[in-house]
Amino acid sequence: MSAWETVIGLEIHAQLATRSKIFSGSATHYGAPPNTQANLVDLGYPGVLPVLNAQVVRMAVKFGLAVGARIATHSVFARKNYFYPDLPKGYQNSQYELPIVVEGALDIVLEDGSGKRIGVTRAHLEEDAGKSLHEGLPGLTGIDLNRAGTPLLEIVSEPHMRSAKEAVAYMKKVHTLVRYLEICDGNMQEGSFRCDANVSVRKVGAEKFGTRAEIKNLNSFRFVERAINYEVERQIDLMESGGKVAQETRLYDPDKGETRSMRSKEEANDYRYFPDPDLLPVELDQAFIEDVRKGLPELPDQKAARFASGYGLSAYDAGVLTASRELAAYYEDVVREVPREPKLAANWVMGELAAALNKENLDVSAGRLPAARLAGLVARISDQTISGKIAKEVFESMWSDGSTADEVIEAKGLRQITDTSAIDKVIDEVLAKNPGQLAEFRSGKDKLFGFFVGQVMKATGGKANPAQLNDSLRKKLNG
Amino acid sequence: MTDLHRKTLVELAAGLRARRFSSVELVRAYLERIEASQATLNAFISITGESALRDAQAADAALAAGAAGPLTGVPIAHKDLFCTQGVRTSCGSRMLDNFVSPYDATVVAKLKAAGAITLGKTNMDEFAMGSSNETSYYGPVRNPWNTGMVPGGSSGGSAAAVAARLAPVATATDTGGSIRQPAALCGVTGIKPTYGRVSRYGMVAFASSLDQGGVLATTAMDAALVLREMAGFDSNDSTSVDVPVPDYVAGLEQPLAGLKVGLLKEFFDKGLERRTEKCIREALRVYESLGAVLSEVSLPSLPLSVPVYYVVAPAECSSNLARFDGVRFGHRCANPRDLQDLYRRSRGEGFGAEVKRRIMTGTYVLSAGYFDAYYLKAQRVRQLINADFIRAFQSVDVLMGPTTPTPAFAIGAKTSDPVTMYLNDIYTIGANLAGLPAASIPCGFVEGLPVGLQIVGPHFSEARVLAVAHAFQRDTDWHSRVPRDYA
Repeated sequence: MSAWETVIGLEIHAQLATRSKIFSGSATHYGAPPNTQANLVDLGYPGVLPVLNAQVVRMAVKFGLAVGARIATHSVFARKNYFYPDLPKGYQNSQYELPIVVEGALDIVLEDGSGKRIGVTRAHLEEDAGKSLHEGLPGLTGIDLNRAGTPLLEIVSEPHMRSAKEAVAYMKKVHTLVRYLEICDGNMQEGSFRCDANVSVRKVGAEKFGTRAEIKNLNSFRFVERAINYEVERQIDLMESGGKVAQETRLYDPDKGETRSMRSKEEANDYRYFPDPDLLPVELDQAFIEDVRKGLPELPDQKAARFASGYGLSAYDAGVLTASRELAAYYEDVVREVPREPKLAANWVMGELAAALNKENLDVSAGRLPAARLAGLVARISDQTISGKIAKEVFESMWSDGSTADEVIEAKGLRQITDTSAIDKVIDEVLAKNPGQLAEFRSGKDKLFGFFVGQVMKATGGKANPAQLNDSLRKKLNG
Repeated sequence: MTDLHRKTLVELAAGLRARRFSSVELVRAYLERIEASQATLNAFISITGESALRDAQAADAALAAGAAGPLTGVPIAHKDLFCTQGVRTSCGSRMLDNFVSPYDATVVAKLKAAGAITLGKTNMDEFAMGSSNETSYYGPVRNPWNTGMVPGGSSGGSAAAVAARLAPVATATDTGGSIRQPAALCGVTGIKPTYGRVSRYGMVAFASSLDQGGVLATTAMDAALVLREMAGFDSNDSTSVDVPVPDYVAGLEQPLAGLKVGLLKEFFDKGLERRTEKCIREALRVYESLGAVLSEVSLPSLPLSVPVYYVVAPAECSSNLARFDGVRFGHRCANPRDLQDLYRRSRGEGFGAEVKRRIMTGTYVLSAGYFDAYYLKAQRVRQLINADFIRAFQSVDVLMGPTTPTPAFAIGAKTSDPVTMYLNDIYTIGANLAGLPAASIPCGFVEGLPVGLQIVGPHFSEARVLAVAHAFQRDTDWHSRVPRDYA
């Protein structure tokens, strides 16, 4: 047991899935040639003014309602002032003192099935900056302002997480939620979903938090986990060798797997926040908030609870199956075909299907194996046409050539033998061929039961119904 | 045809429509006057003669075809902080000396759509920061009534141009008095509308919560006509207000009998020069004779308006002017060594002393540790000033007082002491802080220099303010006096 306790808070930046920018009509497609999605407003030309995109407000409210937060009926955009070439106006518009979403919470479920509530301090709207480009520009810096003015929802958690695993579980939960709400595409490679992690350590039992370091711009769950673990170890080593943790901003280097200092607290900018006089406060009425509430989809937690109680699944399995709206829908499509086998269906979706998808780096929504096909396989297991073991072989064929379960079973003659007299006949042959083992068994070597099962399965090409086989074999051996 | 410049805008529009003269003749006449005056007055930064004559030809064709808008063929000048597509928009600054705007400000586009023809861009204090037009990178503008005197600022070029009849009207902007103070000092009519009445889109920002575009003209009627075409909601400006625009021209002929006029006690203070006060008192007697009822009104928070203004305006300007960084447009220093060098020298070379002073003041008042004491406190006092005005308008229809404490002062007289310069706006700043419409009209002379009477109304009462100004101009002729050299 370590003498140190880790304290983690996350600031997640979710890019809102609007068609146009937060304050201008420019498109927000990823990957367009530099500066082709930047108009005069995005370029911060003299005289231009921002006009708030109404969609981003609706999206922020959706998120707030989904985490049970208070929706501020009065929120204010401030200017965060600093100079940087990819910040065209010399300030970033960001909600500061009065954010639109206040005090919510999310429940996470850990792998061991235990749960924990993580507080969401606030979520506020802001604009993204552009990008500085160095590649292929020796001695120069290029500026791409396509991303400037892209709407972001910054989701700030309480420092409630106590391990990298908890932090990842929370981040995944937020990731699931924003995609359910269809307010963010969740694409982490493209930077649509990323986070800053505030990490500190303190002696177990200590009341005060330790000095924190902020690790910037983590854009994968794996990096979050690794960066936090590295940082925790670094801070503990530092403290144990008599040093002190400095309050600073750090960067994670995924190649070296370490964090390194970017700037200290003393070097931090004085952002001179003040309310943006070009933008009116965002005033919302209850009718609008209720309207957004009515449009909310079934949320991940609600869906997981329904899966657990309705389909008799464990909380963890229900959580896995509801991790994305697409996966949950797929599962329900399977269950609709085999309503008596929700658990079996869950095992197949989370097991073979998930593994196959993962191997080819595919999403369930890619339609590689339609739900009806998988349901066809589950149905054949359910009606004992094939055993679970044979089913794996069938699945592989279905996956590779797109055939149905029945086609594979027929073509390969994999139908399970459920005729008791047929099974009995094979058992008799096996016993006759192995008199030695039979004698040993009867003299008390119980372990040999498995040997006989194996021999019968081998003789039937694995098609003997396992339960019937067990039954008959036991009777004959004991008889 | 040499007296075209003596006509009002309304008369010119009627004359064009009746084809008594052509737009080309009219534009040519004004362009000649501008050229002749430049060496003395320096009222213009850019003169767009070629495009003006081209537009005038098109206007004449439209007039001949009977397809004329309300301002078709009428020349106009724009203050050089309204963006004009394809034309330099300098804001009186070296920073934007090379900046050719790729778009038209909403105000410019609306006036174009109404048929107005742009003669050029008028000189101004750099980024509208100044009260004398002495901070312009393009040199000071001189007052047409006495070229040793300042024309006021920041819209000094627009005011001097209208006073010297170099343009029948000019657009202008007013952040702390930049329309009314030069109107008073140059003897012309100026109106700053309610904050939000005229779109700020394309108007290069000084202090966003105070800036408001308006008009300088020779008469209230001309101002009413132009404002009618400029005003209105703009979806590109979140702070523009969606309130219908009344026909200011049609609303001019209101009887004044029973009009309740409040005299701002705080404006008739010891800082008000004696002979200026005499002019104002005489103007008030004219209003009494027209049936207005005068009473004294006190706005106890009003004396705080200058300190409040010099916190709020610099704070906003320090942020608004951050975009001038030498990266995308405007002045860029030669051979920058690195990013910091690029910023420091581009801004250091591009901005003048007054702009730098305000950026530094604004940066200071927004800094951690000072924000509450300066910016927040100033915002609270601003609320008090606003409340004072609203309370006053419960008992009076309009407020009146002097526009400035003195007539025009000598060029160079106040440049060494910024605070003395700032105090020139003491009577005008209140209306900006409260977002109220306010006009200044000529009401007399002191030693050959004009004096302005200020009229302030409740929010969105431009029609009333203009009607009150118009009534005075029907009974007096101060507004039709022209400086001798430009008669």
